Amino acid sequence: MRLEPRTQQSIALQVMMPVAALAFAMVVCAVLVMFSGASPLQVFGLMLKGSLGSQFALLETLTRATPLIFTGLAAAVAFRAKLWNIGGEAQLYIGAVMTVVCGTGLLPLPAPILIPVLMIVAMLGGALVLSVPTFLKTRFGVDEVVTTLLFNFIALLLVSMLLEGVLKDPMGLGWPQSKKVIADAQLPRLITGKRLHAGFVVAVLAALVIWIIDRKSALGYEMRAVGHNAKAAAFAGIPVNRVLAKTALLSGGLAGLAGWSEVTGLKGNLTLDLSPGFGYAGIVVAMLALLHPVGVIAAAIFVAAVFVGADAMSRTAGVPSYIAQVMVAVSLLSMVTALMLTRYRLRWR
Amino acid sequence: MDALEILFTASLWAAAIRIASPLIFGTLGELICERAGVLNLGIEGIMTAGAFAGWLTVFLGGDLWLGVIVAAAVGAMFGLLHGVLVVPLGLSQHVTGIGVTMLATSLSYYSYRLAFPEVTSPPKVEPFQPLKIPLLSDIPVLGEALFQQTPLTYLAFVMVAVVGWFLYRTPAGLAVRTVGESPAAAEAQGINVVAVRICAVMAGSALMGIGGSFITLSAFNSFFFEMTNGRGWICIALVVFGSWRPGKALLGAILFGLFDAYQLRLQQLAGAVVPYQVFLMLPFVLSITALIVMSRRVAYPRALMVPYRKGER
Repeated sequence: MRLEPRTQQSIALQVMMPVAALAFAMVVCAVLVMFSGASPLQVFGLMLKGSLGSQFALLETLTRATPLIFTGLAAAVAFRAKLWNIGGEAQLYIGAVMTVVCGTGLLPLPAPILIPVLMIVAMLGGALVLSVPTFLKTRFGVDEVVTTLLFNFIALLLVSMLLEGVLKDPMGLGWPQSKKVIADAQLPRLITGKRLHAGFVVAVLAALVIWIIDRKSALGYEMRAVGHNAKAAAFAGIPVNRVLAKTALLSGGLAGLAGWSEVTGLKGNLTLDLSPGFGYAGIVVAMLALLHPVGVIAAAIFVAAVFVGADAMSRTAGVPSYIAQVMVAVSLLSMVTALMLTRYRLRWR
Repeated sequence: MDALEILFTASLWAAAIRIASPLIFGTLGELICERAGVLNLGIEGIMTAGAFAGWLTVFLGGDLWLGVIVAAAVGAMFGLLHGVLVVPLGLSQHVTGIGVTMLATSLSYYSYRLAFPEVTSPPKVEPFQPLKIPLLSDIPVLGEALFQQTPLTYLAFVMVAVVGWFLYRTPAGLAVRTVGESPAAAEAQGINVVAVRICAVMAGSALMGIGGSFITLSAFNSFFFEMTNGRGWICIALVVFGSWRPGKALLGAILFGLFDAYQLRLQQLAGAVVPYQVFLMLPFVLSITALIVMSRRVAYPRALMVPYRKGER
């Protein structure tokens, strides 16, 4: 078996391959669902209904998609430059820590000033976390995959320490949670009485900004050049290390914003379960979006729908909600395979 | 007892060896994959799957060793998946590895919840018991540390020798090393690069599976969520620390185990002053430090992470 580059890629192929990839993921999950004794069709129906079938479900899906857009953008930006940032989880949590540190009364500013200030500190927090592995990569050649992964564990322990120490809410009945952010720091709800908040709008705007940076700015060009071939980029006079450092600031900052929006838009405070793996899911979102910033929005809504739908489904059908994680994982693997097959043809010999 | 005295207690060293055991399996497994030129980030999930599959086999009435074999088989299966995706198809080893970890982990959790929908306390099995080696276990300190361990720990040490012998003393080991250094040269010698790489990834992943089963069948006696807890990622750091050599990897794993066992005891000693999370962070900080220290003299396999396509330069 060998691969042969396709001379031309038909539009039909480019559309069919991702569809086939998602269909494959559905089939795998259908088989797994059958083990539980439930009917796959009924389960998928419940998932669809629970994620997109009503106004409540749809808003819940968009709420869940908000942090995924941020972490998905973080991964997409970094992966474009072949900076393997697997540490979205750590950057998200440190972004949330910065938000809580500055947003619980330390800076008594009015909302129009406080909200942007909190965004900036959250971005700085996330950016700082990714800068360390990036520095280790460019300066010492340490593989950033391992270091960013290890940072996830360090960050979570740090948050746990802070929540039982200086950041602990004295009124929290002993639970490891921070104080609530002040009213001026909180993001407005998009629809009164519903959970969807302004963080979603910020996330969509962020995707558009990243798209413009990617397409129209010198930095976007340099990042893609470094990602395609770092040696050639260096030869062409692009300062590779500096571009990677800027990429790290941007990527880490975006993941930090995920922490900011979850705290100020949804939860109000910082707890140890702020993120059920949004950082890792962001990697899947980025890959499903083919690393395209605007595609990230759609991919994040898809992944969020799978999770929200599975939660709703497992309450009624009794199939473990972990099926959502299986579906997301299979989608990731089948999507990267499908992408390869749109560019290459398999030849059996 | 003060901090220094602890270092000379047999129980500390016994704990160090115990903590090191799953890491030895995992590190050897990753080492074989990387020696063949394939980074296997599936390790974290494969260890979880091995932990679950091994435990489930024993829970369903299987023999403990059958559990270990099943864990190895499940590991090899995920290895086959990773191998097929990254070797002949040449997909990104980073992304695929993360995907394999996600898949193996979520499949284990899904199956666990499917088999045990409502359990308040995790079901238990009868784990491996310590096996005292006659005579050797009577040596003061050393005996308790090394020769009163469970059989899987002895197997870990044996595997270090086996992997070392395999890589450096057999034609197949030479083939593995060659495809990891220069696949084109291997091809020229008539070696099937794709087949060797896939087999190496499967064998390495089987070892990772056994490492996972140590956690549920030897260190503990039940399966929890998140119980692998980053051990797989630490193994990847240990491979670099050990310069891709089995002996050095063993040394690294034991050093790591010693450090971890020591911090657990320091925690009891200084727990009131220093938050316990600081101690829990140390293994991860240590791994990163090891990577930085070793970065200057690493001689990693030259074709690591480079997909091989026949006829392409």
